[in-house]
Amino acid sequence: MGTARILVTSTMSTARLEVRGLRKQFPGVLALDGVGLTLAPGEVLAVVGENGAGKSTLMKIVAGIESADAGAVWLDGQPVHFRTPAEAMTAGVILIHQELNLAENLTVTDNLFLGREVTHGGMVRVLNRRAMRQQAAALLARVGLPASRAAVRVESLSPGEKQLVEIARALGTAVRVLIMDEPTSSLTQRETERLYEVIEGLKAAGVSVLYISHRLAEVKRVADRVCVLRDGRLAGELRGPEITHENMVRLMVGRDLRQFYPKVHRRGGGGLPVLQLKNVCWAGGSSEPVSLEVRAGEILGMAGLVGAGRTELAEAVFGVRPLSAGTIELNGQPLRITSPTQAIAAGIVLVPEDRRLHGLILPASVGFNLSLPNLDRLSSRWGVRPRAEAELHRTWIERLRVRTPSAAQPVALLSGGNQQKIVYGKWLARQPQVLILDEPTRGVDVGAKAEIYALMDELAGQGVAVWMITSDMEELLGMADRIVVMHEGRIAGELVGAQRREEAVMQLATGGNTR
Amino acid sequence: MTRILGVLGVLVLLYGVLFNTHERAGSLSNLIDVANYQGRYGLITLGAALVIIVGGIDLSIGSVVGCSAIVFGVLMMEGVHPFAAVPLVILGGSLIGAVNGFLITRLRLQPFLVTLCGMFIIRGIARIVAQPSPHRGTVSLSNVREAHAAFEQPLLTLRYYLIGKSPLDGELLFPAQFFLLLLVAVVIGFFLHRTAYGRYWYAIGHSELAAKYAGVNVNRHRVTVYMIGSALAAVVGVLLFLNEPSIQSDNAGVGWELYAILGAVLGGCSLRGGEGTAVGMVLGAMVLPVIENIVNFRGAKSDVIPFIVGVTLLSGTILDELIRRRSRVYR
Repeated sequence: MGTARILVTSTMSTARLEVRGLRKQFPGVLALDGVGLTLAPGEVLAVVGENGAGKSTLMKIVAGIESADAGAVWLDGQPVHFRTPAEAMTAGVILIHQELNLAENLTVTDNLFLGREVTHGGMVRVLNRRAMRQQAAALLARVGLPASRAAVRVESLSPGEKQLVEIARALGTAVRVLIMDEPTSSLTQRETERLYEVIEGLKAAGVSVLYISHRLAEVKRVADRVCVLRDGRLAGELRGPEITHENMVRLMVGRDLRQFYPKVHRRGGGGLPVLQLKNVCWAGGSSEPVSLEVRAGEILGMAGLVGAGRTELAEAVFGVRPLSAGTIELNGQPLRITSPTQAIAAGIVLVPEDRRLHGLILPASVGFNLSLPNLDRLSSRWGVRPRAEAELHRTWIERLRVRTPSAAQPVALLSGGNQQKIVYGKWLARQPQVLILDEPTRGVDVGAKAEIYALMDELAGQGVAVWMITSDMEELLGMADRIVVMHEGRIAGELVGAQRREEAVMQLATGGNTR
Repeated sequence: MTRILGVLGVLVLLYGVLFNTHERAGSLSNLIDVANYQGRYGLITLGAALVIIVGGIDLSIGSVVGCSAIVFGVLMMEGVHPFAAVPLVILGGSLIGAVNGFLITRLRLQPFLVTLCGMFIIRGIARIVAQPSPHRGTVSLSNVREAHAAFEQPLLTLRYYLIGKSPLDGELLFPAQFFLLLLVAVVIGFFLHRTAYGRYWYAIGHSELAAKYAGVNVNRHRVTVYMIGSALAAVVGVLLFLNEPSIQSDNAGVGWELYAILGAVLGGCSLRGGEGTAVGMVLGAMVLPVIENIVNFRGAKSDVIPFIVGVTLLSGTILDELIRRRSRVYR
């Protein structure tokens, strides 16, 4: 008994962190389906995968932000079950978020010691400022920040410096596993380099690092080992020289397309350009201008990682975000769009990415939402015509097969798929020329997805120019006649015909080179 | 709907109490008097309610009422014909609303702050304008009449149609202010419930972003609503001047913005925006004058009125929240 126990402990002790059979179900999505991985002391393990592959969920479970439906986590051989991030932190597992977790209005030193202030003791807990200052200087030195930064308020730091302060804060505790979620998303090149150095230092100190990133070049640079997630499962593991761009991409994608992407109504190729963007820049975007055209009767697929600027570009065309340069042409005529009202009047409509925030008035009824952008057509001198309105509601509820007891049902009570259909319905009633779809099937069940794809095909067949922004690789390859990939605010490349392969898309989207 | 029935129930109850308070309480002249109060409060309630529906708040209403009454009187003392002074004052009111709306939409300032500042500034203007100068005395109906005999006839006409006072002896003949309220409520109800404007206002109140993405010109509608609210407050200023023997710049309309907000909330408007009906607003506005009247007949001092108003508003809010929680189906 005693020997067996020692044996178990000794095999376990080689792994700093071990995760087995993690399962997590969200409404409509199985985010994690039996994922397991191990992490040695002083090792940097990168976890990569497409958007929605389950990376963030995995990290959140390990760090105690989410709880798993099944599976277990061991830390240095001890089974652990963190119910809160605070518990994980006490055990030395610290997650550094994409969104930073610093108190902006406090100084760097205050933040470094937030919740574990050094005091002179006693009831009143008078702060020992000198001790904290000295320790702060030491912590900052470890992440390469000058000691002079200690007294500065966090809000005046650059995003990269904030990231480093977060790491310094983690170093101040007995950190054993540091989880970094997209740590470089807001860093400059120089700050990224410094982050790499800090990671080297952490490794040398025996800290294990879980590194999540979209950016494969970066992963290649820092990771000792790479785990690839796909659809909530572990798709494969790469180590040392196996860690190449090509290998990672192959594991990230590589599944067969199902038969629910119809191409029945489209004639293919597309007709004349309907929407043309010429050297367009938008406020807050990259300085490199974007040119793009969407043709009648085609589905243009736009790929890119989160933050590549796809949504911003669409919002600029729809008039939500001001253009800083360039022109928009509709059917060859220049068009000035400064508000959604103008875009809609010109026949350009947007199915936004976040339907709960931008797409629907949630507390209002199905009918209210369907009518809202069509009231100009439904009104006479005596106000909104009830018959015309009822007719519009009936038509679109039937045509899109929206499952709702009546048009009076609050839209918030419908399922995601049916809510999304309402967003389509309110626009299709206007017979738009250009239909911009931002993540057209996000949070939508499979049945409704198939119906939406069939609808997209039908609309393109009628000559509507469909511009589909999507992070769903399957959807992109299944539906798009032509693919444009964005990377860091610019068009990284266009893929037509046989070039439309997942590897090619991922290469362009992650900043790799195919040309 | 349940909300309207609730207020209706409260009103029936209050009138019941009123009738049993004093033998004169049920007299026609007293009821007309109460109805006139209801009309006055109702008009500013409609304005405040529209602003609340689009998700805003207007704290300057009371000051606009007071300032409009003062300016109306001063204009006439300075020789502007009453029939010209009325539209001028209303125009001035809507200008104040336009400024509030501009600051809130274009400069993205918080409605609460903008209209709180407006409350002080406009009250200040009223007090400056009201200062007696050598050639005119305090602002009052009798001073206007004394200064300009030619205005006697137009003023009697206005008092008859807007207040309901007899041109012969000044007796209250009918609740003209209440009728005016009904008229305006019908117009606002039409826009709110029957036209695209109303839909846009509700949409903005529920979700400004979603409304914007649906092509609603959010800023323009918000400005419009603030203008309507202030214009109605100016109308009430005119009514106040015509009804009172004299106007004191430091207390005319003070606190009325809160009465208006109270009426709107009692009538079913949610301070979160996006909810409320015209019928509810009218019924909500009718509550307070009845309570005041009851208090007066009970012989209590008017000093207790703020206390009663506050308790009523708080009870209404708590009840509203409890009902909301019970029926909450979405977050």
